[in-house]
Amino acid sequence: MSEFSVVGKRLPKVNVWAHLTGTARYADDIQLPRMLYGRLLRSPHAHARIKRIDTSRALAREGVVAVCTGADMPERMGIMPSTQDEYALALDKVRYVGDPVAAVAAVDEDTAYDALSLIDVEYEPLEPILTVEEALTREDVKIHEDSGRPANVFKDVHLEFGDVEGGFQRAHRVYDNWYFFEGTTHAPLEAHSAVASYDGDGKLTLWTSTQVPHYLHRELEKVLGVPRSKIRVVATPNGGGFGGKSDPFAHEFAACLLSMRTKRPVKFTLDREEVFYAHRGRHPVLMHLRTGVSAEGDITAVHFESYLDGGAYASYGIATTYYTGALMTVTYKLPAYKFDGVRVYTNKPACGPKRGHGTTQPRFAFECQLDQIAEDLGLDPIAYRERILQPANSRTVNGLRITSMGLGQCLEEVKRSTRFPEKHGLLPRGKGIGVAGSAYISGAGLPIYWNEMPHSGASVKIDRGGGVTVYCGTAEIGQGSDNVLAVVAAEQLGVLTDDVHVVSGDTSLAPVDLGSYSSRVTFMAGNAVHEAAGKLRALVAEAAAAKLGVPPDRIGLAQRRVYDLADPSKSLTFAEAAVLAEARNGTLVSVGSYKPPKGISGDYKGSGVGPTAAYSYQAAVAEVSVDLETGIVTVDRITEAHDCGRALNPPAVEGQIEGAAYMGYGEALAEEQVFRGGLHKKPSLLEYKLPTSMDTPEMKAIIVETIDPEGPFGAKEAGEGPLNPVIPAIANAVYDAIGVRFDETPITPAKVLDALQKSKSRVGPEGLSSQRDPKAALRRLHATTDAREKKKVM
Amino acid sequence: MAKALLTLRVNGERQTVAAEPHHTLLEVLREDLGLTGTKHGCELGECGACTVLVDGVPVLSCLTLPSEIGDAEVTTVEGLAKGPELHPLQTAFAEEAAAQCGYCTPGMLLSAKSLLDHTTAPTREEMAEAIAGNLCRCTGYTAIYEAIDKAAERIREKQPAGARS
Repeated sequence: MSEFSVVGKRLPKVNVWAHLTGTARYADDIQLPRMLYGRLLRSPHAHARIKRIDTSRALAREGVVAVCTGADMPERMGIMPSTQDEYALALDKVRYVGDPVAAVAAVDEDTAYDALSLIDVEYEPLEPILTVEEALTREDVKIHEDSGRPANVFKDVHLEFGDVEGGFQRAHRVYDNWYFFEGTTHAPLEAHSAVASYDGDGKLTLWTSTQVPHYLHRELEKVLGVPRSKIRVVATPNGGGFGGKSDPFAHEFAACLLSMRTKRPVKFTLDREEVFYAHRGRHPVLMHLRTGVSAEGDITAVHFESYLDGGAYASYGIATTYYTGALMTVTYKLPAYKFDGVRVYTNKPACGPKRGHGTTQPRFAFECQLDQIAEDLGLDPIAYRERILQPANSRTVNGLRITSMGLGQCLEEVKRSTRFPEKHGLLPRGKGIGVAGSAYISGAGLPIYWNEMPHSGASVKIDRGGGVTVYCGTAEIGQGSDNVLAVVAAEQLGVLTDDVHVVSGDTSLAPVDLGSYSSRVTFMAGNAVHEAAGKLRALVAEAAAAKLGVPPDRIGLAQRRVYDLADPSKSLTFAEAAVLAEARNGTLVSVGSYKPPKGISGDYKGSGVGPTAAYSYQAAVAEVSVDLETGIVTVDRITEAHDCGRALNPPAVEGQIEGAAYMGYGEALAEEQVFRGGLHKKPSLLEYKLPTSMDTPEMKAIIVETIDPEGPFGAKEAGEGPLNPVIPAIANAVYDAIGVRFDETPITPAKVLDALQKSKSRVGPEGLSSQRDPKAALRRLHATTDAREKKKVM
Repeated sequence: MAKALLTLRVNGERQTVAAEPHHTLLEVLREDLGLTGTKHGCELGECGACTVLVDGVPVLSCLTLPSEIGDAEVTTVEGLAKGPELHPLQTAFAEEAAAQCGYCTPGMLLSAKSLLDHTTAPTREEMAEAIAGNLCRCTGYTAIYEAIDKAAERIREKQPAGARS
């Protein structure tokens, strides 16, 4: 029997009932008296100077209450303090089709929409930069004039660890491949939405579908010039986030400013096309991976280069750039490692963090190359990976501290479940099986702004009826963060999750948590709640011990009872014990906080990205059928094992594994955020091919528990890591099926068919100098103002 | 445009509102009747988040004008429970963790209800077809199938012998 009464139980999430009865209040569900409706005017140009904006005709229209432009909020902003290159609304330049230029508040949505066409903007079109190659070389066209770097380079990083040259010299063979990972977007079902209300007392409240209420709070202060003490940000339940709601957005600032100006609540909800342009999703990355291996297959050195197409703004780009290199070392033994990363600006919607942030693309490259190495060595690809595993409780060559490490168990589980060795290389042509491993962080080791404060804080209160309330600034984005907090508190206090109220995402009511990004909530907020609830547990146990006449260390708490461990018939109800504890100690409120330990990274510039208190590990096997006539790849089954430390709520962990596998599957075969000129080719849910129920393969999720020494009850992350191995597993399965290496995504029927017809052994990029797309110049020509004007202003 | 009076039967109640005649059923439900349980993900008929039942048939409320449906009975997620008693699908979705962010859930529940109203022993293929128009970005659909399965089983258990389809 389990030592726990709540942890590990298959219980419904505490906040699920609101979703099932239609009572959950997402941002767009908020309706306030006298509320106005806002719309953003967006640029029809990929790159242009704003010569003049005249809003007078819009303001004169009946029903329009206020209009604002970039000049009203001329403060630089952006999620990363070191790379702020955005304005709430474009100030003097627009840098992508869809860049917000002005905002309208009107009595209803129809009026606001109509008013957009009455805003006169005079643009001076500039040549757009649309590819990495152009961005690297075109000194004459600068997307950000003051970037201080050559051409359109946003950031370049160069790191080297161990004896890289010696490693390559020692190598029996050096593998040298180029890979390309296409950009993809989050496409959460809920479009971004925000409601601002500036009240009579001079206080501003913003309800918004954000993953990062605390960071947004900071940016609102900066841009609006209103002290943070007068601003309250409430993260409403997000209808999916996946990283796409982790930046401060134009509509959030515009809602606030227009509410302050009109003294009325203002709501903005983006439409679906706008969500595709707001983006901040997965970077397209061109990669060059050189790996030296000994005759036995041991890796002697790795040199990895990444070229990230960042789009128009920084977003999290500095972290993304480092992330493409940082986690290459945590899965398999790498004695020497060199990393060169460069991110460029292009005139497309800004890329940012999407589930797996910056690690998904290099993981694809690495695991595809390992498949090739294993094949050349004549080894089963699982056996090969098992042989070169990075050990638990070790240090990587780039200084990262590894504690619990379950990749070996994950590989073992998927091998057993799929009977991999009996199938790999042995299936008929057109059928294939492939494997890949990966890892992810349980929260970034450093916050995005430098400070010594906790990453997560929580307070816990017990009321006189035995109810428990947890206050924590986490954002519930559907991943189940509220439930994690409830499970940890309930287990600590011996109550049921039904007894726990969770107040989250509110900068006024709850202590700071940095937000729902980098898979940090279970580990960090879980530990903060663990500490806070642990303090109250001690007080309740002491009070009960005094009453029952037993020593406090003989007190157990479970199932709403506080009892003598030696004689459980001697007991009090939790509520009775809580009343005794309050009488002894005063009001029962406690606090807890969490900050990752020191010494988990190396000491070099750039060492801040990659460290975490605990890495999650995962392995996936994909089984595919390739139709040799049509080129259609059908994934028949994905089996994935994930080391989450301990599953606090197994259905939620399985749900994260399955959901991540689904999302990876979509990226492997179909999804692509691609542009013609500066225009998105598929800015709708019909054209952007996210998998439906009819497409999605059968999935099996296997939980591996390594009981992390520092996680709350041993738990680690589950939200992001499981996406990473799925994509290379599918590519490796396609190779097993038809003998074609897909060194790029997505693996579309057209590419498969082309490869089969031309008897190609490989589909992928040849390098940087050879233009991947020779028609780029032609496309740029077509992206002239005339062509773009045909599309009506969004 | 002038508002016009409009009478709809929603979740067993007849309601009259003044609404813009070009507003969709989705807009009228959410904005004029306060039934915000029905969601919008695209307003182009692509995502299924706005699915409601009209006389038991799933329709996309974002592509439906109230004037098209006359006196037909509209069921939204708010009308799925019978008084305090939740529909078996709601309980099963909770138990199987079939709702993550919950945004597709109202539409998903109604598509699934329509399926179970026709058959209480659906195959996996029938389930996949029934929810093919309801995009879910969180679950990968697996938990949703398991929830529909479980709800179907509970509905079967309640049916008198011989009435099973």
